[in-house]
Amino acid sequence: MANLKTPDKTLGEGLREIGLSRRGFLKFCAATASMMALPPNLVPAIAAALEQARRPSVIWLSFQECTGCTESLTRSHSPSVENLILDLVSLDYHHTLQAAAGEAAEEARLQAMEANRGQYLVIVDGSIPGPDANPGYSTVAGHSNYDILMETVEHAAAVIAVGTCAAFGGLPQAKPNPTGAMSVMDLVHDKPVINVSGCPPIPMVITGVLAHYLTFGRLPELDAYRRPMAFYGQSIHDRCYRRPFYDKGLFAESFDDAGAKLGWCLYRLGCKGPTTYNACATMRWNSGTSWPVESGHPCLGCSEPGFWDDAGFYEPVSVPIGVTSKTLIEGAAVGAVAGAGIAALARKAKKEAVANRQPVTIDELEQKL
Amino acid sequence: MSGAMGFLLWVKGPMFNIALAIFAIGLIARLVEIFLLGRAPNYAEPRAGEWGPGLRTMLSRTIADPGTFKRAPFNVVVGWVWHIGFLIALLLFIPHIELFKGVLGLYWPGLPNPVVDLVTAVTLITLLATLVHRLWHPVKRRISTTEDYLVWTIVFMVVLTGYLAYHRLVEPYPLALGMHILSAELMLIMLPFTKLTHIFTAFIARWYNGAAFGRKGVQS
Ligand code: SF4
Ligand code: SF4
Repeated sequence: MANLKTPDKTLGEGLREIGLSRRGFLKFCAATASMMALPPNLVPAIAAALEQARRPSVIWLSFQECTGCTESLTRSHSPSVENLILDLVSLDYHHTLQAAAGEAAEEARLQAMEANRGQYLVIVDGSIPGPDANPGYSTVAGHSNYDILMETVEHAAAVIAVGTCAAFGGLPQAKPNPTGAMSVMDLVHDKPVINVSGCPPIPMVITGVLAHYLTFGRLPELDAYRRPMAFYGQSIHDRCYRRPFYDKGLFAESFDDAGAKLGWCLYRLGCKGPTTYNACATMRWNSGTSWPVESGHPCLGCSEPGFWDDAGFYEPVSVPIGVTSKTLIEGAAVGAVAGAGIAALARKAKKEAVANRQPVTIDELEQKL
Repeated sequence: MSGAMGFLLWVKGPMFNIALAIFAIGLIARLVEIFLLGRAPNYAEPRAGEWGPGLRTMLSRTIADPGTFKRAPFNVVVGWVWHIGFLIALLLFIPHIELFKGVLGLYWPGLPNPVVDLVTAVTLITLLATLVHRLWHPVKRRISTTEDYLVWTIVFMVVLTGYLAYHRLVEPYPLALGMHILSAELMLIMLPFTKLTHIFTAFIARWYNGAAFGRKGVQS
């Protein structure tokens, strides 16, 4: 990245500098348009906008995470749209990717914040121990994750939460959430927050969001979970090529039965495709090679909140969470005792009624009338 | 965590547990109460056995006699259709079988989704017909209580939300599925305390009737 660290250069200039032809650039714009589900006639407009765009300063904060999201982004095959984009933002701070260490690294962050006040983008991966949690669970350079996040987003243009941990709390927040982990949107309320969920997210989705921001200067349209509609607008199940089998009721019942070999629907093996919104079924993984359901494994629902706390990766969507016949048996036992109690009371009342019966004669009744 | 997915995880988790517990406690309490209270002792000498006629009546009362059919063909036919439809959708839809397997450990073969789908559509239409008939028929309207309408509503909601969820007619899907599960949970909770208990008591009552008749030596 070092050779491109000139913040006042436009993207067009930067691209020419790394030897990208006009043709290559337009191809890149077309890929960007299709990634964002935009019509092809917008390609020239995108090209013009990107040509003039300035590389935004990006500060990438890593908190309670596994680096899988960064791995996803950098493992994309080169030369790829992903690489181009990474070269075309000014990535001023990123634990894993930056050369500087220690004081110098932190200094880079502060400098970038100062120089690009109000304009820089903050990307976060990993969840954050909340303000009430013990800050010692995760610190960087002696500061709590919470303090660093709040300090860094203060003058940011927008915050992009990359990965399910940053977007929804993810694995660290799974029960019993020992670190009091919270998501970015739980903590940042006065800045635009955009969630790029997934464990990890598809690399093209991360870069697609950046490309959208560079092209239009604003964040894309979001769903109820602040995820870009272009990528999270449809469920896995609705775009799954195994869907016709679901509709016909043809299911694999184990991983090596005849149904599995014939590529039938994986619902009974725990597929969370019906409740999961992500682009895997259309964009696929590993440069479009395949995706989990295509390789015979059910979708885990990794881009949804609370997916670790669902019933289990291999339990079908319709199976309740943490409910067993024990609940029924215990309930029945309590019910039996209660029923016996009610019956005993009723018997007692009946006995008493019989004992205290005061027969009334017709004469007495007539007198009362 | 909030939103549709949070709602779904809640109805699949804590709420399901609560509903199941209330259902189990309520149902067993009522059944135990019924059995413990028993019947007044009958000192007359039995004229015939109880078991045979009891079991026979469990079946024979399930099928309406020609007189009843003549008097109320709508009730018999539509009643049968929606009851069977409801049972097929409940017991033979593969995701439901997975649910029984998950909770009870018991499972059985299911029907292909399109078949269950068709049956569900028929069930919905016949359920609507029962409501219209109830409102339109002067006698039925007279004898209907709030509980009758409440029970109709919950049964209809369970089937309707299931149909909407299967066809993904409500977005996002976790909301649709959550609504369906919640309706089913409300039905489970109401079951022991309303006339829905007949799911469990109808056949017991028929047995009692048949047994009593059998003992007296009369036909049932
Ligand atoms: S494999 Fe999963 S996503 Fe695909 S149709 Fe079956 S349930 Fe839906
Ligand atoms: S198929 Fe499902 S679990 Fe797998 S990456 Fe896609 S959304 Fe996540």
